[in-house]
Amino acid sequence: MSAPPILEARGVKVRRGGRDLLDIEAFSVPSGETTALLGPNGAGKSTLLRVLAGLEDPKEGGVRFHGEPLPRARDRTAARRRMAVVFQSPLLFEGTVYSNAASGLRFRGVERPEIRRRVAQALEALGIASLAGRSARTLSGGEASRVSLARALVLRPEVLFLDEPFSSLDAPTREGLIRDLAALLRGERITAVFVTHDPTEAVRLAHRMVILWGGAIVQSGPCEEVLRSPRDEAVARFLGIETLLEGTVVSARDQSFMVRVGEREVEVAGSAAPGERMLLCLRPEDILLTDLPLDPAHLSARNVFAGVVRSVQSLVHTHRITVDCGFVLSASLTRHSVEGLGLVPGRQVHALFKATAVHAIRM
Amino acid sequence: MDLILQGFLEALRLLWTLDREVLAVVLLTLQVSGTATALSVLVGCTAGTALALSRFPGRTLVIASVNMGMGLPPVVVGLFVTIFIWRSGPLGFLGILYTPAAMVLAQTIIAVPIVTGISLAAIQQLPRELPQQILALGATRAQMVRTMVVEARLPLMAAVMAGFGGAVSEIGASIMVGGNIKGHTRVLTTATVMETGKGNFATAIALGLILLALAFGVSLALTRIQQRGRIG
Repeated sequence: MSAPPILEARGVKVRRGGRDLLDIEAFSVPSGETTALLGPNGAGKSTLLRVLAGLEDPKEGGVRFHGEPLPRARDRTAARRRMAVVFQSPLLFEGTVYSNAASGLRFRGVERPEIRRRVAQALEALGIASLAGRSARTLSGGEASRVSLARALVLRPEVLFLDEPFSSLDAPTREGLIRDLAALLRGERITAVFVTHDPTEAVRLAHRMVILWGGAIVQSGPCEEVLRSPRDEAVARFLGIETLLEGTVVSARDQSFMVRVGEREVEVAGSAAPGERMLLCLRPEDILLTDLPLDPAHLSARNVFAGVVRSVQSLVHTHRITVDCGFVLSASLTRHSVEGLGLVPGRQVHALFKATAVHAIRM
Repeated sequence: MDLILQGFLEALRLLWTLDREVLAVVLLTLQVSGTATALSVLVGCTAGTALALSRFPGRTLVIASVNMGMGLPPVVVGLFVTIFIWRSGPLGFLGILYTPAAMVLAQTIIAVPIVTGISLAAIQQLPRELPQQILALGATRAQMVRTMVVEARLPLMAAVMAGFGGAVSEIGASIMVGGNIKGHTRVLTTATVMETGKGNFATAIALGLILLALAFGVSLALTRIQQRGRIG
């Protein structure tokens, strides 16, 4: 059973420059969980975050915090003091790391010994205790991001908002920060709303994923569920699903159905009626490649297709292989596998995937 | 060259001998321009900060007026201030025409747009999201404004220096509303004009050099405050 929501937004509409930026029917932030707001640039993620954090007033609708409507802007300081926001840019103040981390507590009039204790704890938790006396101007991008996070975490907010805090960092720095933040969020069961356009970041940090498109929520749910079953082609492409095949259901069985894609038939788990048009989604990591002759009768994977390697593209940690088997499949393999199988364009292979690995979207 | 050298030597002599008349002129210059700068900082910094942090219809028009005001011709200011404080003018009852108070008023009017314009730019050059970040850390609106001003303190000090520069260097308005009365409303600029008119170039150069030294001294003091604690 999920925890009661800390924040709820209902019928929220934001207009700017004569354009609808946000139109949210209902949205809630469950307690103790991290919710990722995911979407392409201009989807309204940051606007929704600012509305939820009480930093922007919607034209219509409103936000409830612990079941109570957020007060008017001028009376909102008390509510805002129970939340904290980390923006994309660290936006540090002139002064030392310590004075930056202490700023929110000073705004609240917290006593000095208490400030010292809490700032020390927060800097320690983020691995920057040794930087306390350093000027904020002299920090690297990664250090500045950590200070910005410490400045928010020291406030022990009931809701922590993170607006793409890693987008300006290089890969190794981002990696370290995500790892530490994930541990903190889960360890302390901090309620957080995390804006990102990177599905990988969302999966690593969040329990739930909310996909925004053109200012509206188009899909939400636990991360794995959303990743496995995007609701349309646009969301599927955004979530990194590269193989999208259009076809028609030709027959149905007990727990699966067959979809004709070009000259081939793909078996998909689930139910559908013959004649229905479907868009089949396959994640690159669900497709296996082999150079052995295969007998489908002896395999649990229901889909086995002979094909020819069309391209081999090297990515940072993996290789992307496209295989033409009457339709084009995109598979993700390690360098070791690519070298072991001697995969080069023109090589004959078999591609196989399970019927349950295919997500079918009715068109 | 000889004239300049003579002027320089005369300036040294006037300062060395602590010439009472020159000393009085220097003190009055500092008093009038210092007060005008203080008033213009009070009004200009507040107005510039408010303009930078608020949105209202006609804001661009107000900002354009401020920018125009940064180049306000002192004689025009002098003319209108004179009309306003003329015995029969709307502020004639104050009886401040040909007094240092009138000069303070005129110099303040000249310096306010300068300080406002630079303050506005100083606050606006801070990151756009900074006010929201400060509020998001739990600041009240007053704490947010104070933090913004502290963050912009370096360019804000530039506004103070420019304001003082505008006040101390103007002449048209001071002559018109002050009258350059010896021992009463004579300041360095008006005295320099008068001595030049009389052909006393050595004294005029001396007064000009003192004015330059004064402006440099004040700027140096303000720069030291500005650069204090600044790293990098």
